Amino acid sequence: MTLEEIIRHLDAEVILCQHAPEKEVKHAFAADLMSDVLRLDTNEVMLITGLAHPQVIRTAEMADISTILFVRDKTVTPGMIALARESGVTLLRCGQSMFQACGTLHAAGLQPVF
Amino acid sequence: MEFNYHIEGGDFSRAGSASSEIKKILKQLNVDSRVIKRVVVALYEAEVNVVAHAREGEMRVMIGVDVIEATIADKGPGIPDIALAMQEGYSTASPRVREMGFGAGMGLPNIKKNCDRLDIESVVNAGTTVKMTTFFTG
Repeated sequence: MTLEEIIRHLDAEVILCQHAPEKEVKHAFAADLMSDVLRLDTNEVMLITGLAHPQVIRTAEMADISTILFVRDKTVTPGMIALARESGVTLLRCGQSMFQACGTLHAAGLQPVF
Repeated sequence: MEFNYHIEGGDFSRAGSASSEIKKILKQLNVDSRVIKRVVVALYEAEVNVVAHAREGEMRVMIGVDVIEATIADKGPGIPDIALAMQEGYSTASPRVREMGFGAGMGLPNIKKNCDRLDIESVVNAGTTVKMTTFFTG
């Protein structure tokens, strides 16, 4: 699934785009626990999270995650955006709950990590 | 090459900045991306531990031809029982740390998973020193 398809399926807002809309996103992982994210061995994962904190961006940077989707219209601060810009991470935001966003994307073909 | 960074305890706005710098350096050195990920995940976990638990700490990273050796030494409460701290799920993290997505008792086990050699020395009420070695060859 491409980034633009993800955006279309969720009517998501693009907070910071650092990749082409045609960029392929093969897997997604949903977590509010960054320790779980840091244990992933898979690369090219989109992180779906309800946690809005600069350490989410840092975690993505360390785990080679290039896209973060914030659910439930979480507030993304200018500091988080600046950190994401520096780290090359694309930031999306949608109004749906974590469960709804995951269900929609999975039904549309986005695969889990495991 | 040797790089040194100061880590301030409790300063979550800067947590991860030292690990981020090391990631940039390793990318410039064209180190394999899988090795970079292992190294920086382990460094980041250790850096977050210092911010979460200690008053301050120092990260020293030595990059050799085929190996990275990192030492993270902090001044803080120390770890009374290292074997217990290595068990998944054991944590003494504050609610504030948990709100940021950490403190689930997975940090030290994840550091061990992501390096080839791990040595931890700790003195209660003095501090903890974590030494991690990762070979580029995996």
